[in-house]
Amino acid sequence: MRATHSIHGGIHPVEAKALSAPGTVLDAGIPDKLVLPLSQHIGRQPEVIVEVGETVKGGQVLALGDGPMSVPLHAPTSGTITAIDDRAVPHPSGLTNRCIELSCDGNDDWVALEGLANWREIDRTALISAISLSGVAGMGGAGFPTAVKLNSPATQPIRTLIINGTECEPYISADDTLMQIDAPAIVEGAEILAHIVNAEEILFAVEDNKPIALAAMQEAVDASESNCRREVMSFPTKYPSGGEKQLIEILTGLQVPSGGLPAHLGIVCQNPGTAVAVREAILMGKPLTERIVTLTGRALNKPGNYRVRLGTPISHLLAVTAFDPKDNQRLIHGGPMMGFALESSDVPIIKTTNCVLVPTEQELPTPPPAQACIRCGLCAEACPASLLPQQLYWYARAKDQEQLEKHHLFDCIECGACSWVCPSHIPLVQYYRAAKGSIVDTRAEKTRSDRSRDRFEARQERVERELAAREAQRAARRAAAQKKAEQGADDDPIAAAIARAKAKKQTAEDPLGAPAGNDES
Amino acid sequence: MSFLKITSPHGHGPLTTAGIMQTVLLATLPGVAVMTWFFGPGTLINLLFGGALALAFEAAALRLRDRNPGPYLRDYSVLVTSTLLCIALPPYSPWWLVATGIFSSVILGKHVFGGLGYNPFNPAMVGYVILLISFPLQMSTWQAPRGLDAVPGVVDALEALLLPARYDAITMATPLDVLRQNQGLLMADLQAQKPQFGRWAGVGWEWINLAFLAGGLWLLFKRVFTWHAPVGLLAALGLCAAIGFDSGSSESGGSPLLHWLSGATMFGAFFIITDPVSSAVSNRGRLIFGALIGVLIYLIRVHGNYPDAVAFAVLILNFAAPLIDQYTQPAVYGSNPVKRDEP
Repeated sequence: MRATHSIHGGIHPVEAKALSAPGTVLDAGIPDKLVLPLSQHIGRQPEVIVEVGETVKGGQVLALGDGPMSVPLHAPTSGTITAIDDRAVPHPSGLTNRCIELSCDGNDDWVALEGLANWREIDRTALISAISLSGVAGMGGAGFPTAVKLNSPATQPIRTLIINGTECEPYISADDTLMQIDAPAIVEGAEILAHIVNAEEILFAVEDNKPIALAAMQEAVDASESNCRREVMSFPTKYPSGGEKQLIEILTGLQVPSGGLPAHLGIVCQNPGTAVAVREAILMGKPLTERIVTLTGRALNKPGNYRVRLGTPISHLLAVTAFDPKDNQRLIHGGPMMGFALESSDVPIIKTTNCVLVPTEQELPTPPPAQACIRCGLCAEACPASLLPQQLYWYARAKDQEQLEKHHLFDCIECGACSWVCPSHIPLVQYYRAAKGSIVDTRAEKTRSDRSRDRFEARQERVERELAAREAQRAARRAAAQKKAEQGADDDPIAAAIARAKAKKQTAEDPLGAPAGNDES
Repeated sequence: MSFLKITSPHGHGPLTTAGIMQTVLLATLPGVAVMTWFFGPGTLINLLFGGALALAFEAAALRLRDRNPGPYLRDYSVLVTSTLLCIALPPYSPWWLVATGIFSSVILGKHVFGGLGYNPFNPAMVGYVILLISFPLQMSTWQAPRGLDAVPGVVDALEALLLPARYDAITMATPLDVLRQNQGLLMADLQAQKPQFGRWAGVGWEWINLAFLAGGLWLLFKRVFTWHAPVGLLAALGLCAAIGFDSGSSESGGSPLLHWLSGATMFGAFFIITDPVSSAVSNRGRLIFGALIGVLIYLIRVHGNYPDAVAFAVLILNFAAPLIDQYTQPAVYGSNPVKRDEP
């Protein structure tokens, strides 16, 4: 195996992955109703093409993608559309989004699916379009439309495909489980992805705390043929090694330029779940309608990895996993480091939900009140982006946007390592999120005012130009008339009289001077 | 049901501010023990009296600032301040000297600026320097160490604290004093003739410094701070001493070993300049911060008017810390992108 590289900072929180028994997938069943938000990815929301009362089959398109940054939505099972309205969705701010409610009939009838078995002979544009039409968006958590990520311009050739099975966030074992039970599918999906982006090599990245998944991946790679150089790479467990930028440095020693994309280095990263979804989309024509979700935390009596249909309400899953509410009960969408707390369990599972964490107060105590920052610097040591979180905190509190940008606030990946180590329990990441938001607002405000000023100045210039032009015309006419009058008086009194009458008439018609566009002269 | 809404991360590491402060307090134990062995119970009495006063001043200041003192007192930070100041004070100091120092540290060094985390200067050193400038006689009256004279008992110590007028101190110039006042003796002769000098540096002082070094290394091992500031200080001080050693002539500024194991060198390097609040923030910044303190310590010790210089050097560099920060921002991820080699 080639050498891996180390990254700056990082932390070692309690992993607690065994709690959800990685390696076994349980079935969460089909609930009575599915609630499918239109926005389950980054980008534009798709357009609904069904109506309330319509019966649909599994795999049927419910909403069609609207532009490249949009992915369609499919029915995860058969049933009747019973509502299309705004509802609470999993979002840090408790946002609502247009949702399609599907009352399931329990038959799970599906439309006929058709795959592209001969994908090696098919043009990449057609494959990308097939992936887009199957509604695949990054399943690692960010939900970036996969087709867009694969469609890198010819000026940025992709050399390396990384399948990111790091799963460094504590508690989550959905990718671990998928790698253990479905490694050949991941490898085949990666093969399709590599074919699309024309990569020379595929790196399968797995942290060394997942030996079974590692072995399974290695076995699947050994058992299959490929045109690419392939390698299963393992590296020491440390949070946040699975961050895209961090992983790229670990595997290649290269850093993604600040503000840039992995594609600038000829690299594209995909999640194992996404690889499997791509494989199913291409080989079987199966749209993305379900995923593996880690349901874990000690407030659940039956934690585990569950195969869940998209749109399944979390309340249904809490019932399936025998939820036992405790004091200070939290419900977290995602893992303990980067997940966000939900206020209600009446929100659905979406394409990016890799984990629902329901901890007790004992396992993840609620933080005590924040104390003063003593600038101990533990946060700077933990920061994987080599930032100075203590300085950022200072400037965030002072609302000093200039210094915040100078201290590279926007290179913060919000991994939470700084907050985790902070001995004064300061919610540092929260300060950075708020500061980023207000800087974005300030920039937008500035763009708006710049644009208005430009527009005003342009108008002012135009008005002045027009006035000057009119003035010049008037002067020219006056001079011409005078000259003619003088000439006429000498030569031909009749012509002079006509000219005078004409000039007089024109002045009468247009006492202020003709508008610039209408003037014949 | 409604769930509790808290922002991520939802987990937390084991470290707390109070825990870090307790670790620092524990790490002073070897140094304090050796000081007590060589100078008697004076240091302990200082520590106890100063600690109690510091808690009282802290509570009073918090009350005046309309804050509930409970949580603040439990962060142990004021005890660290008082402990560091009391270690630096001469043993058998009178009560008013200790009280003035603690008041200066806690009120003028800390709460005037807004309390823990907001103080631009090391509070213990603020207290120390105020005392040194105001009461130079009392501040340079050091008990003779065990081996050179008898060591006072607890009763003497209490008398010195509470009834200073009745206490007769047995004092002696410290090795750094002797070095500074050296006129015409070669280093070897000076060390042979003056009883203050021991095996490597001053009698007692060499062991006190080694004990604080041990405590400091333990803090380093516990990752309470990084190596940068202490190493910067010791390296710069050693380098200056090596340059100024002048092969031990009568003009010599003393050997690196003498400087490392004298006065407050190790105590300063591991317990004073590692105060994160008032030092530079980045590792590179802390290296520079420590090194400049080392240079200043040497210059003040050899060419200045005070025999020891840690407190002044620290305060001067506390001023400079924001400037150092300005020029030592670490390179963030992706700021110096390396181009990928062509295939």
